[in-house]
Amino acid sequence: MNFDFFFSNLPELTITGLAFGAIYALIALGYTMVYGVLQLINFAHSEVFMYGTFATLWVVMALGAADADGVQLIAILIAALLAAMALSALIALALERVAYRPLIKRDAPRLIALISAIGASFVLAELMGLRDRIAGWLHLDDNLSEYVRKAKINNSMAGAIEKPRFEVAGVSISSIDVIVIVAAIGMMILLDQFVRRSRLGKGIRATAQDPETAALMGVNPTRTIQYTFLIGGLMAGVAAFLYMLKLDATNYQVGFLLGVKAFTAAVLGGIGNLRGALLGGLVLGVAENWGQALIGSQWRDVIAFVLLVLILLVRPTGLLGESLGKARA
Amino acid sequence: MPEAILEVQNLTLKFGGLTALDDVTFHINEGEILGLIGPNGAGKTTCFNAVTGVYRPTSGNILFQGGSIVGLKKHKITQRGIARTFQNIRLFPTMTALENVLVGADAQHSTGMLTALFRLPKHRREERDGHDRAMELLRFMGIHRKADELAANLSYGDQRRLEIARAMATNPKLICLDEPAAGFNPAEKVELMNLIRKVRDQGFTVLLIEHDMKLVMGVTDRIVVLEFGSKIAEGSPAEIRDNPAVIAAYLGVDEEDAS
Amino acid sequence: MNTGLKSKVTSLPKPVKILIWLLLALLAYALPLLEPPILSTPDSDFASVLFTVSIYCLVALGLNIVVGYAGLLDLGYVGFYAIGAYTVAILTSFHASWPLLLAIPVGVVAAMVSGIILGAPTLRVRGDYLAIVTLGFGEIIRLVVLNTEWLGASKGINNIGRPPNVGDAPDGLFELPHLFWGNGTVLLDTKDTTKFLIFGYSDAVPFYWVALTAVIVVLFADRLIKNSRVGRAWEATREDEDAAELMGVPTFKFKLLAFATGAFVGGLAGGLFATQQSFINPQSFLLLFSILYLAAVVVGGQGNRWGVLIGAFLVAYLPERFRGFEDFRVLAFGLALVLLATLRPQGLLPPRRTVRAKQLEQELDELEEGAGGEETARA
Repeated sequence: MNFDFFFSNLPELTITGLAFGAIYALIALGYTMVYGVLQLINFAHSEVFMYGTFATLWVVMALGAADADGVQLIAILIAALLAAMALSALIALALERVAYRPLIKRDAPRLIALISAIGASFVLAELMGLRDRIAGWLHLDDNLSEYVRKAKINNSMAGAIEKPRFEVAGVSISSIDVIVIVAAIGMMILLDQFVRRSRLGKGIRATAQDPETAALMGVNPTRTIQYTFLIGGLMAGVAAFLYMLKLDATNYQVGFLLGVKAFTAAVLGGIGNLRGALLGGLVLGVAENWGQALIGSQWRDVIAFVLLVLILLVRPTGLLGESLGKARA
Repeated sequence: MPEAILEVQNLTLKFGGLTALDDVTFHINEGEILGLIGPNGAGKTTCFNAVTGVYRPTSGNILFQGGSIVGLKKHKITQRGIARTFQNIRLFPTMTALENVLVGADAQHSTGMLTALFRLPKHRREERDGHDRAMELLRFMGIHRKADELAANLSYGDQRRLEIARAMATNPKLICLDEPAAGFNPAEKVELMNLIRKVRDQGFTVLLIEHDMKLVMGVTDRIVVLEFGSKIAEGSPAEIRDNPAVIAAYLGVDEEDAS
Repeated sequence: MNTGLKSKVTSLPKPVKILIWLLLALLAYALPLLEPPILSTPDSDFASVLFTVSIYCLVALGLNIVVGYAGLLDLGYVGFYAIGAYTVAILTSFHASWPLLLAIPVGVVAAMVSGIILGAPTLRVRGDYLAIVTLGFGEIIRLVVLNTEWLGASKGINNIGRPPNVGDAPDGLFELPHLFWGNGTVLLDTKDTTKFLIFGYSDAVPFYWVALTAVIVVLFADRLIKNSRVGRAWEATREDEDAAELMGVPTFKFKLLAFATGAFVGGLAGGLFATQQSFINPQSFLLLFSILYLAAVVVGGQGNRWGVLIGAFLVAYLPERFRGFEDFRVLAFGLALVLLATLRPQGLLPPRRTVRAKQLEQELDELEEGAGGEETARA
């Protein structure tokens, strides 16, 4: 155990952990909302996020962020954010349409729905991973830029965006971390208010509690489910953009680990509970970052998994309880 | 003096702020058919669930053959000799009718992995006995020709009959029937009434939840009436029929309901 | 579909049926020697492919007990497989030099014990949570191996023990020639022979025979257990856990039993895999494999042991036969999972009413005809 390093860097470790946690929280929203409404683990949500990272990368590279600065750079980044949100939302909606709606209509068992989700997850990841091959068949590969073609590990974005650091009370803080944390928490508050106050949000909550009664009261269940996927997708898009801003690199399998961690965050906070997702994400991010400082970065992913197993055993309803959905035994 | 097989003593059950059962006390004598009636939401099924171990009473006691069964696991209670059917049929849909009944018969068996793997004598004996008993019960219920149909493919009435056969297969002393006649036409109800009597004549004690007053009056020896989670009357069918509290609480409403 | 054929087969006298089964088994054993043209794999060693197929069959049979019979979705099955493989590797090569025949039972028991340790707390959580917990377990096992020098870390472990030879090396008791399929002619290839019974590096045939034997034994055991109180308890638990409990089934105990049995078979498969490969590293135990195994079970028809074997064959064999498409196999199986779930959730060969039940129906009919008078009198 490396206590010296841990204690001398505690503030930095905490802030970086919070930044990762904020990203987990944004992805966790997608899991938590879909679970709240459908009692279904949307296993493929990780790929919704992964597509967002690629959208960010492509837009940033295509618009030449490396040579831009000031207002121009901000415009490029906003374009990248919108592109990531759009692509993620599109994938989420497609998922709902292809992999879930036929099952929901038939009232299929939850295990079958989960298997469908796993299948969809692999299809989406592999399509991204094999896109150079597919482009090859279509004789497009000569026209593709290097950054589009590289599927395995794509770090073309590295260095494209400057990331100034500043110091507060002797602690060096990355401006990106601050942006990530503030943006994520801002989005969460916005969403929380939206679900609480808007007509659509009330429809989502009603459907989560009792789909049949909600339908009788005039809430269109299919539409509500669609919107739930849409919101989850948009949030995953934001998460993807922030993730790329922070780490610069992505690959077609990046979704799996982040997906499992985000799901852990959702369960940790209490699945179906929006505020729980935020709390769970931040707790997980910090725990993971502290843990890796203490016992070594190679154990980072193990920490998340162990935490997941422990929570499910000790307190399966999570820190804040399950609130979006109905109370279940 | 007949011996009480089941004694429910001051049973109280609360869910959060809601009191589902409030200080309910009654008993069932060995070999009788006891009717448990009351308007919707009176706590009949909740009472069943407490007896069979689905809910744990907030306070009070349940004695079965003199011993408390509060806090026992559900399958332990079944093995001790209480079996039940469900208001909404809960068979094992993709298993055959015969297999459904065999699962019930297995409650009294102890064949494990290795016994089954090596086909030891115990496995053979239990398999043969269970099979004979299951076929006997299916015949008793009149559905033996459908022994190999999947439970899901049986008609509604046959599914209800299969549930009773499955419960009887666990070799219980007390069998709890939760609205077994729900959805039956009058002719089927009469048939079922005779059947319940035959079940009793085979030596089972029967606890019956039923909505249909004619059926309850015709078949039971004694009746307990619940309303809003409390017992409001107890006695023979004739006494219950004339009890003003029961008429006020239940009969008037139900007449409209039933016809 | 082919009920005519099916009823013809089931109505055959028992000795004939046994004979047919024996012939089929013999054919399965002889397959790597026959190397039939369409079936055999041009791009890779046919015997090795058959060995892989057998291992997948074994794994699928084990996972079918957990997923198909007991209805517990296990996404970390590869973890048990890894525990079996690593126990064998450590005991025969890395930290000891036990004989393989002793190491495999230990590996199997280790896998089973880990199944119980994982199952005892987790089998109480909700079904879909269980899927995620097992997924986490599978990844933890892999990551722990990857980061532990004592377990070979990323370099892996080589020189894993082999089964003892029968007869003296290098030639064994006798040699079995393979067939060579030329243009329209079939020749005995005297240069390409399998030595009976030498477990060497170059010839996978003896390993295939061992794996096939394991598949047959597990298949028999599966059948015996399924048609018993244990099998019924599993199915009842899968169908309706509460109702099963109220019918006297100790559901938790039986779920744990299913988990341990599945782990047992998974550990056995892992041990056999390790000895044939002679070298293992964490790359052989990726999450991907858990998903492929699940695909094998679901594609074939969970709950039906023959369907599951077909699924395992498809998942293991097709990518080897069509090597050019290997990169696309995950895509294909992902697609297959979605399509099966949305179009045919019961799989290619869904479980059906057992032959035993069919026979009973006949017996009943005969009885009915004989005792018709009595029946009407009673009613």
